[in-house]
Amino acid sequence: MLQQLNLEKVSKFREVGLLGFIIILVLVIQLLNPAFLTIGNLRDLLTNTAILSILALGMMLVLITRGIDLSIGATLALSGMITALTVSSVPGLNPILAILLGIVVGCFCGVMLGLLVSKIGILPIIASLGLMNVFRGLTFWTSGGEWVSAYQMPDSFKNIATSSILGINTLVFIAILTFLFFYYFVNTTITGRQIYAVGSNPDSASVSGINQTKILMLVYTMMGGLSGLAGVLWVSKYASAQGDTASGYELTVIAACILGGVSIAGGVGKVTGVLLGALLLGVLSNGLPLINVSPFWQMGIEGAIIMVAVLFNTNIREFIERNNRLRREI
Amino acid sequence: MKKKWLVHLLAVLLFGLLVACGGGEESGGDNTGSESSNENGTEETAGNGDGEQKRHAFVFKNTGNPYGEKIMEGFETAIDETGGEAILRSPDQPTVEGQIQIIEELIAQQVDSISVSANDYDGLQPVLTKAMNQGIKVLSADSAVNGDSRTVHINQADPEAIGRTLVQAVAEMMENEGQFAILSATSQASNQNLWIEWMETELESEEYADIELVEVAYGDDLRDKSVSETEALLQSYPDLKAIVAPTTVGIAAASKVITDKELQGEVLVTGLGLPSEMAEYISNGVSPWMYLWNPLDVGYLTGNAANALVEEEITGEVGETFEAGELEGEFEVTESDDGVEILLGDPFKFDPDNIDKWKDIY
Amino acid sequence: MVTRTIENSQPFSWKRLFLQWEWMLVLLIIAIFMMNSSISPYFLNYTSVTDATMTFLDKAFIVFPMVMIMLMREIDISVGSTVALSSVVMATAYNAGLPMILALVLCLVVGALCGFLNGFLLVKYRELSAVIVTLSTMILYRGIAYMILEDQSAGDFPTWFSFFGWGYIGTIPFILILFIALAILFVLIQQKTVFGRQIYAIGSNPTAARFAGVKVDRIKLIVFTLAGVMAAITAIFLTARMGSTRPNVANMYELDVIAMVALGGISTAGGKGRMLGAILAVFVIGYLQYGLGLINIPAQALLVIIGLLLIISVTITNLRVKKRK
Repeated sequence: MLQQLNLEKVSKFREVGLLGFIIILVLVIQLLNPAFLTIGNLRDLLTNTAILSILALGMMLVLITRGIDLSIGATLALSGMITALTVSSVPGLNPILAILLGIVVGCFCGVMLGLLVSKIGILPIIASLGLMNVFRGLTFWTSGGEWVSAYQMPDSFKNIATSSILGINTLVFIAILTFLFFYYFVNTTITGRQIYAVGSNPDSASVSGINQTKILMLVYTMMGGLSGLAGVLWVSKYASAQGDTASGYELTVIAACILGGVSIAGGVGKVTGVLLGALLLGVLSNGLPLINVSPFWQMGIEGAIIMVAVLFNTNIREFIERNNRLRREI
Repeated sequence: MKKKWLVHLLAVLLFGLLVACGGGEESGGDNTGSESSNENGTEETAGNGDGEQKRHAFVFKNTGNPYGEKIMEGFETAIDETGGEAILRSPDQPTVEGQIQIIEELIAQQVDSISVSANDYDGLQPVLTKAMNQGIKVLSADSAVNGDSRTVHINQADPEAIGRTLVQAVAEMMENEGQFAILSATSQASNQNLWIEWMETELESEEYADIELVEVAYGDDLRDKSVSETEALLQSYPDLKAIVAPTTVGIAAASKVITDKELQGEVLVTGLGLPSEMAEYISNGVSPWMYLWNPLDVGYLTGNAANALVEEEITGEVGETFEAGELEGEFEVTESDDGVEILLGDPFKFDPDNIDKWKDIY
Repeated sequence: MVTRTIENSQPFSWKRLFLQWEWMLVLLIIAIFMMNSSISPYFLNYTSVTDATMTFLDKAFIVFPMVMIMLMREIDISVGSTVALSSVVMATAYNAGLPMILALVLCLVVGALCGFLNGFLLVKYRELSAVIVTLSTMILYRGIAYMILEDQSAGDFPTWFSFFGWGYIGTIPFILILFIALAILFVLIQQKTVFGRQIYAIGSNPTAARFAGVKVDRIKLIVFTLAGVMAAITAIFLTARMGSTRPNVANMYELDVIAMVALGGISTAGGKGRMLGAILAVFVIGYLQYGLGLINIPAQALLVIIGLLLIISVTITNLRVKKRK
């Protein structure tokens, strides 16, 4: 009981540490460029981070089950391309249907990966690496090397990303909905808890009657569906679909998760942490161009900040654990 | 037992896959393949054997790039007209390493000419030198390689003219007063860097005294980064009056941001971009006009020049001229900063009056 | 010979030998050779077959340490950036007046340092996974390369330097000779030495290995440093092939390397697989790519084929493992 409490405290504190780090970063950027903390810029920041956080939430579940999905960038591109090609030939298509189409394509990709991982037992990193190549190739194939440009897309489709619901930008709104759903899903539903069980100890999970295959299928299908959703949103936001859309984006998404405290070793990860991780990367990509540094230094600074954030978090956690141990000994 | 069968089945499938790839291509490439193997072609250098079909290769920067697809389409048309065979290749990522590998494969196939739109100015020199030593004619087009690694460069438009024209255009849009920024591709793109240098040279002139270039930002030809960089420019410089983006992804991303923020008329966008990507933003007034050359013509001229080199109509000496199929006039080999080049012409101006005609073409 | 060096308590049998994954890879190489020579008249001759190795062996040097890393259930995704950084430092140092020999040494030192930092962070902070450590150094190392060279390229190396990328000893490419020499060395280290066995021990059960007196931290440090050194060797060959370098070279090399290791039958789930398999896989992927390149197959089709090859072959290995259980 006591130990559980401590663990709870630690993970809470970890997010506070991350939050603290983000606040320090924000203050530094604000000091260097007062245009940072303005409503207009914060709106940009949130809109640009929305897609990343949607993907990061899905990736969190995958990582919790000790998996990884490197194919999401390619899935995103494929579903974005198929949707873009569809709306350009059927301009009257309802935007909701376009989103659904993207999700279906994404789910299909996710099911493929899920089958390889859960039924055949291929390591997720290898299965998703292989599928990444396949999906990327298919994207070039379906488009014939061409892009779908802004003028070929109906306004109704491009409005998905620019319109707002209840005064909130639709992208941000969808991200918030996804966040709320995931918060509810992992914290209160039985299936949500089972995902953690499979990740923290697969053997005891299967002994206690959890259908591991089902859980893995579910997790990868959800990840695929979210990538499909992200693909539609991406294409609508930038009003262009390319074959190499979001190439390498999977690493950004994984970085967001890990910064948010999700462990690659499985079983650990919180929705709020992941959101903070995505936010940190969002602040970096929005803030770095604002402070007046040479563009050649941006990447180095980004790398250094990510490393400091990781070590900062780790040190704080070790510090707390040591304190707890000391207190127990007293 | 069942598992064992599955293993065998999959093994057969794997071999099947390999053989299928092989078999399918074999029937496709039959005429060229078996022909030259009959002549035990390994010892022969490229370019002999009169009746044999000449093979000309074009290597673009990366696959799935509509600009490159159009160049290659033009190249193929030109080669088809001369009765040769066009080989179109590009790596899946825009890297030098990928292009080196492809060029090695082309050398092994003993093609007659290789035209390349390079991912790096110097990085292809060793492999292209190897190609030239084996008697293969080497050209660069669109994005140059250094003078030592090619015979001629097909220049889509004079970099000086591009740089100066862009500054003149943005000055006219800004009525000769105010701040503007440049949104480029990657910091490693030699084309873009050269144009930016010429823009800076043009800006030194007296008439632009009231115009200030505030920043050169790099969007890396990625949509998300280009959008962030554009937003940062707008935040950092509230008085910004124009953005010049000499790259398709950059100019389209910047225009999209201006459209979404409803800054039409306040911040103007110009630069170089594909008409198809920019049609929307030229029609809605975000970009009053912009420039580009016809990528089909770039490819078409390259194809004709490659053929002229292989047929020894030209050798790459300054002053030689040749005709390029349906393109009007004669083209002349001229001296450039580094090696010799053939110039296509001036960049073409796209504005609301002509954009609808071009947006479906490229 | 090499395939038999694995200790097995059971007596030698042909059937067991043929069931090994390495045989599958040998058969695959034969199949690929047959396919290549049937689809292209330019494949089956001495020059073509040997020259082809020059196109894919540069990144293959990283395969050796990556096998060890993945056997220990770790991963290193910073190797591509390490290649870029050591290449950029080498070129910059040479252009600044350092003799080329010393620049080469410097390149190896930078690579070693990059690898050492990865290993050090991993060992110092045990709760950090290799993915997060190498993900951040991946961005950091390439970032430093950009700081050094900005938008420039560096080169103008002495002519003898191109020997690394383009030179022959007799009629055999130098890179192939060095690769085979190192391959033999690494196979021996992995299968014959205590060090190699300890890597398997760590992979199959890290905690048990620690209790059994294996110096886990020291081994991890050595292996990650080795990955850095091999990345630097890749940098030398790659730079020699290009004659100049830029901060953006060797992008995504890590994924290519991981694909080769995975095809070689190495399982990241703990201590299964052999060095030889990965070495064979280098040639499988290399010759497949080269052969399909000779018939000018589009890049996207190549992506699909390599992806499917990876999935199908790993599926076969997995089913075999399951069957044996």
